[in-house]
Amino acid sequence: MTGKTLYDKIWDAHRVAEDANGETILYIDLHLIHEVTTPQAFAGLRAAGRPVRRPDRTLAVADHNVPTINQAAGTGAVADDEARLQLQTLERNVAEAGIEFFPMGDVRNGIVHVVGPEQGRSQPGMTIVCGDSHTSTHGAFGALAHGIGTSEVEHVLATQTLRQRKAKNMRVWFDGEPAPGVGAKDFALALIGLIGTGGGTGSVIEYAGPAIEALSMEGRMTLCNMTIEAGAKAGLIAPDAKAFDYMRGRPAAPKGAAWEAAMTYWSSLFSDPDAAFDREIHIDTAALSPLVTWGTSPEDVVPVSGNVPDPADAPNAARATQIQRALDYMGLTGGQPISEARIDRVFIGSCTNSRIEDLRAAADVARGRKVAAHVSAMVVPGSGLVRDQAEAEGLDQILIAAGFDWREPGCSMCLGMNPDKLVPGERCASTSNRNFEGRQGPGGRTHLMSPAMAAAAAIAGHMIDMRDLPLVDGVA
Amino acid sequence: MKPFTRLDARAAPLDIANVDTDQIIPARYLKTVERTGLGKGLFAAMRYEADGTPKPDFVLNQPDYASAGVLIAGDNFGCGSSREHAPWALLDFGIRCVISTSFADIFYNNCFNNGLLPIVLPEDEVRSLMDEARGGNHVFSIDLEAKTVTLPSGRVVSFNLDAGRQEKLVKGLDAIGETLQHVSSIDDFEAQRRLTQPWVAA
Repeated sequence: MTGKTLYDKIWDAHRVAEDANGETILYIDLHLIHEVTTPQAFAGLRAAGRPVRRPDRTLAVADHNVPTINQAAGTGAVADDEARLQLQTLERNVAEAGIEFFPMGDVRNGIVHVVGPEQGRSQPGMTIVCGDSHTSTHGAFGALAHGIGTSEVEHVLATQTLRQRKAKNMRVWFDGEPAPGVGAKDFALALIGLIGTGGGTGSVIEYAGPAIEALSMEGRMTLCNMTIEAGAKAGLIAPDAKAFDYMRGRPAAPKGAAWEAAMTYWSSLFSDPDAAFDREIHIDTAALSPLVTWGTSPEDVVPVSGNVPDPADAPNAARATQIQRALDYMGLTGGQPISEARIDRVFIGSCTNSRIEDLRAAADVARGRKVAAHVSAMVVPGSGLVRDQAEAEGLDQILIAAGFDWREPGCSMCLGMNPDKLVPGERCASTSNRNFEGRQGPGGRTHLMSPAMAAAAAIAGHMIDMRDLPLVDGVA
Repeated sequence: MKPFTRLDARAAPLDIANVDTDQIIPARYLKTVERTGLGKGLFAAMRYEADGTPKPDFVLNQPDYASAGVLIAGDNFGCGSSREHAPWALLDFGIRCVISTSFADIFYNNCFNNGLLPIVLPEDEVRSLMDEARGGNHVFSIDLEAKTVTLPSGRVVSFNLDAGRQEKLVKGLDAIGETLQHVSSIDDFEAQRRLTQPWVAA
C-alpha cells in the first residue's frame, strides 16, 4: 500500500460522512469570516431559523472595506454608506451569534489571513475555510485551507462541515539557493508563470524541498497565499520546527500538556516517502531573478530586467490577441523593457505581503533613500499588531522619512473596494496578488512584485532590480 | 433553490480566456448585504464606458444578446476571487448557464449552490458553439436531465456532469438541509475529537 500525502492525512482526519452523491462531509476546524462575504449567509440562517453551530470555532474581522486612516473613530464614521452598513451588519451578526470579533480599530484586527496565524488560531493539521480565496495562506502551517463561497459560509456556520470532493495531489519541489533579492513572492510568480492560472485547477499543491524549508513562516504564507492564482484548491507545507516556533506562545496556541500533545500530532503531518502525487513540478530557485508581472493575469510574468512579450512572437493567433489585449490595457508596447514603464503609485500591503518581514524588507530598501517625486507610495501593515511591531522596530520612521505614507491595517488597495484605489490609467507597483483588469480600481494598471522590489520601484520611479539602485553612502 | 431542468435561451459568445471574477463583478459592487440586484454590475468594465453609457461592441449590449440566458466563454472562466457575487450577478442578469472548456474550482462550486449550470466541453466544441451563437438564430436548448445542448442548427451536443451535481440542480436541493440529516455523525465526530485532539476542540 502506498503512503499518504499530507493532504490525504488531513482529509482522512476530517471525514464525517460520505454522501450518496459522491461528496464527503468534511469537518471544519476553523472558520474565518469578514464583512463582505457573510451578510447573505447570516440572513440565510435567520430565514431558515438555523443557529451558528460552533461560534467558538469561528473568528471575525473587519478588513475588506475598512478605510486605512482614522480607524479609531469606529464604523459609525465610515463615509461610504454601503461599506458602513456592511461593517455594522457584521457587528450585529457576530454579537447575535456570540462569535469572537476584532472590530476595526482593535489592535488585534487586520487582514483575516494575517490575523488567523498571528493569534495562533490557524494551526497545523486543521481544516480552515473563509469566504475569501486567499485562505490558502494558512496552508503555510500544514493546514488544509481554502476559500469558499457565501452559500458554503452559511453551510459551515450551520453545520461546521463542508461538502467536498477530494482534489488531486500535486507537489512543487523548490531547490537551489536563491540569489539575494529573490524570495517567496518570486517563487510564487515563477510557478504561476510556469503552469498558468489554470495550471493547478482541481489540485491541492504541496510545496516542498530545501528552498521551502529555508523560507521563513512569512515567506511560506506569501507562497501559499498565491496558490489560488495558480488555480489550485489549496497550497500547503509540512509543518516543521519553524512552524512550531511561530505558533508557540500565541494567544490561541495550545499551552502546557496540550502543547506537547499537539506537537506530537503535528509532527506526524508530512507526506510519507512513498506517497504518490498525481503531478510533480520542479523549480530551481538558483535560476530565478526578481520577477514582476507585465499584463493582466498573474501568469504574465517577466524578470524585471526583461522585456514585455511581443504579440508577433506568440505561438498562435489566440495568444497573440490575448497579449495585445493585455498590452493595450496596461499601456505597454510589445517588446519594450519592462523597466521603462513609469510608476505612479506603490502599494506595499495585502494578505500576500503585509507581515513584519515584508515591512522590514521594504524599509531596508527605503532606508536613507527618497520616493521619486512623481510617485505616491503607501505601506499598509497587515494588522494592528504588525503595525505596532514595525513601529517598535522604527520601520515606520524609516519609511516615512523616505516619503512613504504609513497607514492603518486593512486590505486597502489590493482590491478596489475601499477608499484606497487607483484612478484610471495609473500604474502601480504592488505587493498584492492580482493584476486583473480593474482590480485596484477601474482602469488601474497593476504590476505584482515583492515588497523589496515595490520599494525599489518607489525610489526609482520605475520598475528596477533593487540590486541596481544607487548605493546610499556607499552601502547597499 | 430553483430547480434547473430545461433552459431555452439565447446564447452569447464571450471569446476571452481567464475571465476572472473581478471582471464578472468588480469589488465595488460587493458592498451589498443582498443576493439580488448585482446584474447591473455584471462585466461592468467591459460593458460600460467610464460615464456609465453602454459600450456598443460588448456582446451583452447588442440587441441579439441582451436577453441571453447562456454564456459561452474561453478557458478557465471564473478564476480569482471566491466571491459568490459572480454567479449572483450572472443570474440576476438572466444567465443560467455558462459553457467553457474549464472553470476555476471555487466559481464552479458556487454555481451549483445557486442553480447556475456550468457546462464543460472540449475546445473544438466550444469553438463551434461560439460560431453557432454568432449565427442568425441564437437560441440554444439545454436539457439537464438528458445532459444535452441542442444548437440552432439542430445538432445535439452531449456533456458530462457527475450525478450528484446534476441531482443538486435538477431537484434544487438545499445543501444545508441535506447535511443536517447527518447531524448525529457530526456530533459523534466532535465527541471523538474532544478525546483525540482536545487542543482543537477546547
